[in-house]
Amino acid sequence: MQQKPFAVTLDPNSSRQNHTGLWRSKRPVYVDRLPPCNAACPAGENIQAWLYEAEEGKYFEAWQKLMADNPFPAVHGRVCYHPCENACNRGELDEAVNIHAVERYLGDLAIEKQWTLEPGSKSGKKVLVVGGGPSGLSAAYHLTRLGHAVSLYEAGNKIGGMMRFGIPAYRLPRDILDAEVARIEAMGVALHLNHKVEDLQAELEKGSFDAAFLAIGAHIGKRTDIPGRDAGKILDAVQFLEKMESDAPPKLGRRVAVYGGGNTAIDAARTAKRLGADEAVIIYRRDREHMPAHDFEVAEALEEGIQIHWLRTITSGSDEKFQVEEMTLDEDGRPVGTGRFEAIAADTLILALGQYVDADFLRNVPGLLVSEDGVVQVDERMMTGRPGLFAGGDMVPSARTVTVATGHGKKAARHIDAYLRGKTYQPPKKHALASFDRLNPWYYTDADQSKQPYLDMARRRKSFDEVVGGLGEDTALLEARRCLSCGNCFECDNCYGVCPDNAVIKLGPGLRYAFNLDYCKGCGMCAEECPCGAIDMIRESV
Amino acid sequence: MMSKQVVKFYQTGTFTVGNRLLDETLRTVQSGIARTNSLNSGHRACQGCGEALGARYAVDAAMRAANNQVIAVNATGCLEVFSTPYPESAWQLPWIHSVFGNAPAVASGVAAALKAKGKTQSKVIAQGGDGGTVDIGFGCLSGMFERNDDVLYICYDNEAYMNTGVQRSGATPPAARTMTTQAVGDAPGSRFETGKNLPRIAMAHDIPYVATATVADLHDLEAKVTKAVKMRGARYIHIFVPCPLGWGSDPAHTIRVARTAVESGLFPVFEAESGKVTDVTPIRKKMPVEDYLRLQGRFKHLFGPPKKTETLAAIQQIADDNIARYGLIEAPDSE
Ligand SMILES: Cc1cc2nc3c(=O)[nH]c(=O)nc-3n(C[C@H](O)[C@H](O)[C@H](O)COP(=O)(O)OP(=O)(O)OC[C@H]3O[C@@H](n4cnc5c(N)ncnc54)[C@H](O)[C@@H]3O)c2cc1C
Ligand SMILES: Cc1ncc(C[n+]2csc(CCOP(=O)(O)OP(=O)(O)O)c2C)c(N)n1
Ligand code: SF4
Ligand code: SF4
Ligand SMILES: [Mg+2]
Repeated sequence: MQQKPFAVTLDPNSSRQNHTGLWRSKRPVYVDRLPPCNAACPAGENIQAWLYEAEEGKYFEAWQKLMADNPFPAVHGRVCYHPCENACNRGELDEAVNIHAVERYLGDLAIEKQWTLEPGSKSGKKVLVVGGGPSGLSAAYHLTRLGHAVSLYEAGNKIGGMMRFGIPAYRLPRDILDAEVARIEAMGVALHLNHKVEDLQAELEKGSFDAAFLAIGAHIGKRTDIPGRDAGKILDAVQFLEKMESDAPPKLGRRVAVYGGGNTAIDAARTAKRLGADEAVIIYRRDREHMPAHDFEVAEALEEGIQIHWLRTITSGSDEKFQVEEMTLDEDGRPVGTGRFEAIAADTLILALGQYVDADFLRNVPGLLVSEDGVVQVDERMMTGRPGLFAGGDMVPSARTVTVATGHGKKAARHIDAYLRGKTYQPPKKHALASFDRLNPWYYTDADQSKQPYLDMARRRKSFDEVVGGLGEDTALLEARRCLSCGNCFECDNCYGVCPDNAVIKLGPGLRYAFNLDYCKGCGMCAEECPCGAIDMIRESV
Repeated sequence: MMSKQVVKFYQTGTFTVGNRLLDETLRTVQSGIARTNSLNSGHRACQGCGEALGARYAVDAAMRAANNQVIAVNATGCLEVFSTPYPESAWQLPWIHSVFGNAPAVASGVAAALKAKGKTQSKVIAQGGDGGTVDIGFGCLSGMFERNDDVLYICYDNEAYMNTGVQRSGATPPAARTMTTQAVGDAPGSRFETGKNLPRIAMAHDIPYVATATVADLHDLEAKVTKAVKMRGARYIHIFVPCPLGWGSDPAHTIRVARTAVESGLFPVFEAESGKVTDVTPIRKKMPVEDYLRLQGRFKHLFGPPKKTETLAAIQQIADDNIARYGLIEAPDSE
């Protein structure tokens, strides 16, 4: 044996024989967390994932990831109330990512480039979808991608439901809607217009369908009596807006009053203004804060010269004017009369007080639970009390938005698919939330939100041209890059760089990293400096 | 001239080590799988050691800049002891250790030998801790500067003699608790003295290049090492490297501690050529010195009870003076 020199105990060697990982009491693990935007999206989009693709300019890949959950990006980029943006962590730094604007960019690009998708391999099963609104169309799309043959029966002479007969063209141009519907049709969904379902059982038997999805919406406007006013001269907002799609637009007086405070009221007033009304006023029983309409909608209406009388109820009327009572709000935000009255001049009254579901034809279907206002009960699979019969959108208890309806369509499609294959659909377990406090925001550049352009005011007041414009390619790219990638590794190499022990292995583009536990001392710097909170430190068992 | 890489477009992670949106050639040395890992795994530095991290950052950048033709001379100190329990070593480049106080002189000799042998493409770096640099090796270093020897000297400043158990050095900041400046008496911790500001002393020698850097800004650190390696003559880089053991900070917080030192103004990051400041790194998100001090056990006594507001104000004054002296806060609206 060779004698070692004085005070030398080791052999000549690399330090790599010294496994310092043995010092560790905690170890890092890579995790994926649920970004708050994704958690908030009623259509269940994986927003962070498609923004990640868009950041690199991979718009087709981004669009495909988006389309996995939502067949209407161009529509949603315009009309969705984007709850994702309220939840966006970037809001804590400067302003939320303008998610809907990037979504719209991708949707419009897909239309321009005529990107298409293929149906899934044939299952041999037939599904009936009743109603061609967003919920029915979404279900039809997802079922087709899952390989089922879908027939969609629509009562109206055009497809789209409230996307066409409710939402005005100045917010959703019809060529956009047509293009996104056409893509679904091209995948093989058989659309039958002017086909109102009145006897469900007979239709199911006649078409020998294996399952059905109902999405008939909520179309019957709620009425109220106004003493002194001829009921025939009171218009219903839903019917009024629907007429806009016919060859004979409705005739209005010079001064139009709209009664109600939701988005339908706002759209009716803005439409009346565009049709030439000198005055369009909204009468609403509570205050601005309690209006169901969104603040930006109210702001846009005010900009266009719509007047809003908050805290007023109509008590009586004649052909030219209305008596209104001034209201105040009690502790619970409910309006109570003050006994003070005033007059508001108007020759046309439009009611926008909410809608019922026209579900009479469903009342005798065995197993179905239909409430007085036509709302149909469903379970967590979107299935009604009758096996194989599913329902979604405005006709079931919901927040009644295009996005919720679209999400219902997807969810129902997955459960219908499982039902048809004799299985149960288990949604993948949701990751824990990627909350803001897990981020290390130092690593993100300050960047103002990219704003969408607005049409000039003269045209906004007179035409049905689209009010809000889209982002260009450069601004859309910039906006996508504002995403913080909350809770999901974006391969920034921070962990790889900051480890003092070179214990992080870089696996290459798209493959992320691994820890070399032979050398990781468990200092936790990687977890601390990970910008997006994708590393957890967990105790070692001893 | 190799300038700092400024990313012109907004994107996720502009300040991160890597950036998948950038061209490979514009990314940091540390982000690449081809980095040399000059200081290899298995070294015996503490968990979260800033010195180990700073040394790998600096030497890897030097290796890239000099096509791997680098010889390193190391003073005694943690960096030497944790890397090289003779004859085992974590270094993956020609590396020589002599004694505590003479690294600059040894490096001068290596440079002279290379010159005599005509090996002009090889670069010499010398490195040491703050004790080895500002105190015991100071005479040799000043001589190396005076003769403008062709050496890049890198000081890893962890503000005390760490390897022998945290004794005060000429670079220990006021009020810091060390083994030799305990947090007891009327003026606990290290005394308020002028300290030895070696970057400024180096500048007074009018050598070609002087710079400061931290482990919190890799892009800046790499740019400075790269620039210095490509120059000739005496060059000096002073790198701020938090020591979790000596500072009583969480090992996970090493980079955060360095970042708060910079953002508070306590550690100014700048660059000087031939005695004149040529560039400063502006503070990005100004923060009070307390945000820095609170992360460290060595300043715990300042937070009471009772809280030492006067001492804290005096430390804040040091930061404010730095901000004024180096212009660390950009005038608003300047692009
Ligand atoms: C004016 C207005 C503006 C709105 N703006 C927005 C907005 O900006 N953003 C947003 O998210 N939401 C908005 N909404 C709400 C949104 O339009 C609805 O929540 C959504 O369209 C509901 O989708 P659905 O598929 O459930 O029903 P619908 O869109 O109502 O579609 C139901 C379809 O079923 C058909 N149908 C009904 N009965 C039968 C039958 N027996 N047989 C066959 N077919 C039948 C109908 O003709 C219709 O086409 C708005 C609503 C209105 C009224
Ligand atoms: C002449 C001499 N005196 C004292 C020592 C003991 N000694 C070894 S390392 C060291 C401290 C080093 O401090 P510093 O240079 O700041 O480096 P650090 O360990 O903090 O990185 C001391 C005092 C020595 N090796 N030689
Ligand atoms: S920053 Fe990106 S991932 Fe995070 S919530 Fe916003 S959009 Fe989603
Ligand atoms: S004592 Fe400080 S400088 Fe020395 S190895 Fe530990 S952390 Fe690093
Ligand atoms: Mg030291």
